[in-house]
Order: sequence, then structure tokens, then C-alpha cells
Amino acid sequence: MADLRCSIAGIESINPFWLASAPPTDKKYNVERAFAAGWGGVVWKTLGEDPPVVNVTSRYGVHKDTGRGILGMNNIELISDRPLEISLREIEQVRKEWPDRIIIGSMMAPVEEELWKELAIKIANSGVHGIELNLGCPHGMCERGMGSAIGQVPELVENTTRWVREVVDIPVFTKLTPNTTDILLPAEAAMAGGAHAVALINTVNSVIGVDLDIMAPNPVLDGKGTHGGYCGSAVKPIALHMVAEIARNAATRNLDISAIGGITTWRDAAEFIALGANALQVCTAAMLYGFRIIEDLNDGLSDFMDQKGYRSISDFRGLAVPNTVNWNDLNMNYDLKAKIDPDTCIECGRCHIACEDTSHQAILMEIKVDGSRKFTVIDNECVGCNLCQMVCPVPDCITMEPVKNGLPYVTWPDHPKNLMKAKE
Amino acid sequence: MSAHLGVRNTGDNFSAQQIAQNFDDLHPPLNAERASTEATRCLFCYDAPCVTACPTEIDIPKFIGQIATQNLPGAARTILSANIMGGTCARACPTEILCEQKCVLVKGEGAPINISALQRHAVDPIIMADGAHPFARAAETGKKIAIIGAGPAGLACAHALAVLGHQVQIFEAKTKPGGLNEYGLAAYKMADDFAAKEVEFILGIGGISIEYGKVFGRDFTLADLQETFDAVFLGIGLGQANQMSIEGENLTGVQDALQFIADLRQTADKSTLKIGKNVIVIGGGNTAIDAAIQAKRLGASEVHLVYRRGFAQMGATEWEQDLAKTNDVIFHQWAKPLKIEGESQVQSMRFERTKLIDGKLLGAGETFALSADQVLVAIGQNLDAGGLGALEIKRGKVMVGADGQASLPGVFAGGDCIQSGEDLTVQAVQDGKIAAAGIHAFLGGANG
Repeated sequence: MADLRCSIAGIESINPFWLASAPPTDKKYNVERAFAAGWGGVVWKTLGEDPPVVNVTSRYGVHKDTGRGILGMNNIELISDRPLEISLREIEQVRKEWPDRIIIGSMMAPVEEELWKELAIKIANSGVHGIELNLGCPHGMCERGMGSAIGQVPELVENTTRWVREVVDIPVFTKLTPNTTDILLPAEAAMAGGAHAVALINTVNSVIGVDLDIMAPNPVLDGKGTHGGYCGSAVKPIALHMVAEIARNAATRNLDISAIGGITTWRDAAEFIALGANALQVCTAAMLYGFRIIEDLNDGLSDFMDQKGYRSISDFRGLAVPNTVNWNDLNMNYDLKAKIDPDTCIECGRCHIACEDTSHQAILMEIKVDGSRKFTVIDNECVGCNLCQMVCPVPDCITMEPVKNGLPYVTWPDHPKNLMKAKE
Repeated sequence: MSAHLGVRNTGDNFSAQQIAQNFDDLHPPLNAERASTEATRCLFCYDAPCVTACPTEIDIPKFIGQIATQNLPGAARTILSANIMGGTCARACPTEILCEQKCVLVKGEGAPINISALQRHAVDPIIMADGAHPFARAAETGKKIAIIGAGPAGLACAHALAVLGHQVQIFEAKTKPGGLNEYGLAAYKMADDFAAKEVEFILGIGGISIEYGKVFGRDFTLADLQETFDAVFLGIGLGQANQMSIEGENLTGVQDALQFIADLRQTADKSTLKIGKNVIVIGGGNTAIDAAIQAKRLGASEVHLVYRRGFAQMGATEWEQDLAKTNDVIFHQWAKPLKIEGESQVQSMRFERTKLIDGKLLGAGETFALSADQVLVAIGQNLDAGGLGALEIKRGKVMVGADGQASLPGVFAGGDCIQSGEDLTVQAVQDGKIAAAGIHAFLGGANG
């Protein structure tokens, strides 16, 4: 078993899996169940000043594939609707009963320095290991000038981070919204404000679907719906990108990252760590399957590390960052061709029609005398796009084979067909 | 094979309730969740092998995709536009040698998509509903076509012609429509009077009328029809049961297996039917299997199925053979009937062992006897050529061209009476479709 302990913003955790600030971490009962199941930490559901917010019924909407698979969900729930004092006392109790587990207090307040400072102090006094600034909630709270309304303005990100830093001596995590054009702007602002770490991504603004009987967006409340925060597997690629951008950006590369966004399996976790995450936060997968998913998250990640010879998280953390480059740094001379293994091909024809209809007409379909079908890649037409390999239902039946062309690594800026280059 | 597919008894009399249960749906319908899960297994192959394996070329990936997107009426239209008897085919097709055999997931995962169950899931709501027929008739052409036989071929042809705007008159010898769907398939495959419901659905297109009790060759001839109709379609099937031509064939208790099945199908309370204690079924096709299993499910103590060749040569598919075994049918291969023994009632039957020598089936000399009080003969049927007149017949089948036209102009044929594919409902439907297109073209209509 590999060592799954991790360190972020100076906080040591028994494993990298924390529950993100959300309904699963709203109260002692849930959090203790999570710790009993094996979660390394939680970010308590976002606390605000009293009086607490009031939530509506019908809070979640779902985006499914044609089967029972849930691709993503969204929510229109606000921050914790419990009195602040109750939450703080529960945090204190859980901290005492679970001394080896991490609790981060998430907070949100209107953009007034005193309000942020007062609340941060109250939360810090409950004994949390750190404070996370919720600057990302894209529904409801932003209409009151909080959440993403702050996170989308770098200056406010910097100010709120600084205000909290000034009054507490525990690590400060600034949680970023993905609902922005360039994640580096708020990330750098958080850094300028003194954040020990950034946490990202918060949910993606979304309309999850439309109820075609009622003619209103889901989730429908009394005939109306609103945009909500999208999360789950579907947002993982968005989160990976934003984590990678921060990890490879010169100004922010030393900023610790608590990665969030659709983490469902140990593989997802390993991918975020490979792109520079120090620790991970999970929510949707736990909401869909219960806290026991932690067992395979830990087990699978450990197996992966054992197989690869990584003894600790830091052994492979960020290993994919140097390989995450701009398009202009890619090798224009690299040449891939698809290859179909006739022995494992089940003759479904998916590769053929994908290529024939929508790509480069590079897969030939031959019908043999006995009615069986043979699919062959026409190397001259194949641009190595991977589409056929992606649609093939048989693992490893289609492989993408590099062509040994002996050509040097040439990027677009140096490419002979680049007219801008030719002018130089 | 699932436990519910087999009914096992010790020879004690079944209660009426047990017998009713024995003839319930062999494969209960999928519920929506199961259908959705199965539909999402489909890979949606391009030019899918399952489609080419279907005699009616139903666009299977398309209808499965429509189930997956919860467009059930669309799925039903996809199926029914290729095969108006998609409901019966979903129940009775030997899919293990057709679409499901060719499913790429057999190689991919070791198990095909359950296409028949999905097809039933799609079409049953539309066939069972009293709602609007999914197809509309073209404007009346004023052409009248006679169809002989309200079986699968005749009805499929009639429906396709009606869609094209022609008037169709069907002549049926029996008192009910449906042909072998109504009279010849095992009851547990066609539960809840499905054949009748399907015909009612087919006739819902309009423009088709049926005269019952009209026996071809007795009540009218081909020439009569040619005089009064613009075209004629023969969907007469194979009307005569083959004979064993052995001693004792006329003893009481010896019966044509198809007649046994027909009686069974036409009896609502099957507990009123008499069944022998020891039943012998002669033959190796699906009818033999259907008869044997149903005899067992009616309460026979022992059912022996005797076939002159081996399992591999049986017309019944391996799945059907397994179903019979699961139902405790006792198989005897490589044995041919010698004689049936008894005073007036059959008491036993004697067989001779057979063997294949140089591809020829020969008696091996050794004989054995099985006691029996009922013998069901399922050794095939042949064409009743009475009434066909000068029509060209070869090897016991009406000769037709690619458009379904027989040797006389304007006379078309399809179903078991012609040599197309297997003698199956699905093939008969395709024959009927092809002939309808042929008739339409013959009458000057545009193709397609």
C-alpha cells in the first residue's frame, strides 16, 4: 500500500480525499459518517452571517446519458441554512472526536471588510484547520453580490483573501469560479491577496435541462426554474484544464492547489495530482453513490502508485505539468496512423462510419464472400485524429501507431508553411 | 436456461390453474428499465450485421436507438414499416439463427442484444392500443387485388397493398385470420390472443376485407379470381400434412402435430384438452418441438421426441432443442418409425435405428419400441396444388420471380408455398412485401 498522506498549505492529511463544501458536509451527522467511511477531511458547507439563508425545495437537476448513467448534475441550493452558532459548535465537537481528520471552514460574506473579518475569526475560533473562501457559487448568492459575483472580479478576490489572511493565522484557501474567461486572473489575484492555496473549480453555471411538459428549466419549482451550478463527471475536463493552467503558469506554479471537479474514480484523482493538485475535493460522486466510494478511491490510487513505483503523492504530483504545453509548442512532424487489429475487431463498423461521414474517409470497409466485414485504415488518408479509436467498443482493437519518419521536432512557429515565419 | 422456461411434472394431473400458467408467456415482456439498459448495450453498428440477417431487414440499430431515446412510437414505426408482423416475429422468430446470431456483441461480450425482447417492447404498445394506425393509405387507386390465405404472407401483402391505395379482398379457408400465427405456433409464444390482436391492428389500415370459410380449389379457382381482380396473390402455405406411410398410422391417438397445436391454440381453457400419458412426437423441426413441449405442459407423463437423424440435423434450433430438454422432453436421435401398434387405439410404436452411410440415411437393423397412447406427427407439410391449374410448380413449391410473380402474369405468390428462405413468419412477411411491390409495379404504379 502506497503512502497516501498529502500536504497542502501546510496541512497534513491522512489521504488526499476531502469532501467539498456542499450538502454532504452541512452538519456533524454527515461529516462523522464521512470520517467513519475513511475520508481524510471535509470542507464544511459554506457558512454565512446570521440570519441564515432560506433554501427552496427542488434543488438538483440531472444530465443523464440515454441509460442510467449520470453525466452531471446541477444545484440551486444556497449556502448553509443552519444558524451559524450551531454549525460552529458542531465543528468544534467533530474536531475533538476526529483529531486526525481535516476540517476546513468555508465562508462567504457581502463585500465588506468587517463582515469578512468578523466571520473569519468566528470560524477560525471553532478550531478549523483552515478557511476556504467561497467565491464561486454561480446561483442565488451571486445575485446578492457574493459567490461568483466576487470570484469574477480579480480585485475583489484579492481583497477578500487579504481580509481573511489579516485576521487568522491558519491557512487560507481561495475557491475559484470557472465562470470566467481566464482562470489565471483570479488565481493570481488570490495569490496577491496571500492565499496559501487555491481550490477549484466551483460549479459551472448551467441550465441542466428543460422540462418539455412544463416548458421550464430543471429543476422546476412551481413552474419556474433558474440557472444553477453544474458539477459531476462532465465538468472534470474543465477543471483539469484550469488546474493545469495554474500549475504551469510561472506566477502561480508554487501555489498549492486543492483540485475539485467531477472526481469520481481513483483515476480522476491521479490525473488531477499529475497536473499539479496537492489535494482533492469530491462532492457529486459521494452524493450519487454514498461515502463508501472513498474505499476504492484510496485503494485504486494506492494500487496505481504501487504499480508505477510512486511511494508518495509527491512522487508523481505535477509530472504531467511540463508536458502540458501551448499548441504552438507541439511537434508538427509527429505522425500517427490508426491500426485496426483484425483478430479482435467485432465488425461493428463504428470506426468506418465515423471516419467516412465526419472525418477523412480513411477506413475502408470490405464485405467478404461470407458476409463478414473487414475494416482497414488507408494510411495515406489517416490524419491520426483518434476518432476511430475513441468510438471503437473493443479495448485496444484500434491503436494509434507513431510513424517513424525521422523528422525533427518542429513547432508551428518554426514550421516552413507558417507564413509569419517565412516573412522573418 | 432460466428456470421459468421449464415446466417439470411427475405425471400427476395438473390443476386447471397450473395448466393455464404453463401456457403463459414464455418470455415475459421487458419493463421499461430493463429495456433501457438493454437498448444502451447496443453499439449501433454501421450497416449492422443484425439487419442483414433479418429477412425483412428491420433497421434494428435505429429502433433500438429510438428505445434508448424514449421514442417508442418511432421505434414501433421503424419496425412495422419493414415488418408489419414485428409483434409475432418478436415472439416467434428463431433470433438465435437470425439477427441475434449476427449481433457483433456475441464476439464482443459473449452475449447478443436481446433484439426480440426490445422489438416486442417497442411494438406491443402500438399493437395493443386502440389508437391510430401508424401508417396512412395513399389515395385510392381503384385497383382490386385478391389474396388467397390470411396467413402472414397474405396479410403482409395485403397491408402493403392497402398502404399503396389498392383495395384488397382476402379469401381464407378457416374461420379466423392469422394462418400459422393463429393456429401453428406454440401457445406460450403467442399468449393473450396476440395473433388475433395483431391482425386486427394490421386491418386497421383500411381497404382490406376478408371472407372466411372460402376454400381455394373447392369454392373458387385461380381463373375465377383472375377474371374479377386486377392481380392475385397466393399465400396458401403448405396445406397438406406429410404422411409416414407406415402400418398403424390410422389408429386412434395418432394425430398431425399441427392439428394438435391448432386445437390447443383454439381452446381457451386448456385443462379441458385430453393428453396422453405417454406421448411420442415424430420429427425434428420447430413444430415437433412446439408439440412436444406443449404435450408435456398439458400434463403428459412422458414425451418422447423421435427423430431419424441427429441433433445437428434438426430443423429446430439448438435453443428450441434446449427448451424441450428443459421441459423434460426425452429425445431419441437416429431412429425412424417402423409401425404403430395397437388394436384400435395406439399402444406402442416401433422404431428402427438409423445411420448415415455415404450421406445416405439407412436403417441399421436394430429396432426398439416405445409405449404410447398418443402419437403426434410433425414431419412437415406439402403444397396442396388443387386449384392452382397451370401454374408452374417445382419440387412442391410455386415458382416465382424476384418480384414474387408466378408463371401466370398478374399472379403472385409468397410464404411457405414458394421457395424463398426458411418457412418462418418473418420470411412470409418479406415475401408478402416483395409481392406487394411486384403487384404495384405490375399495375403500373411507380416503384418505391
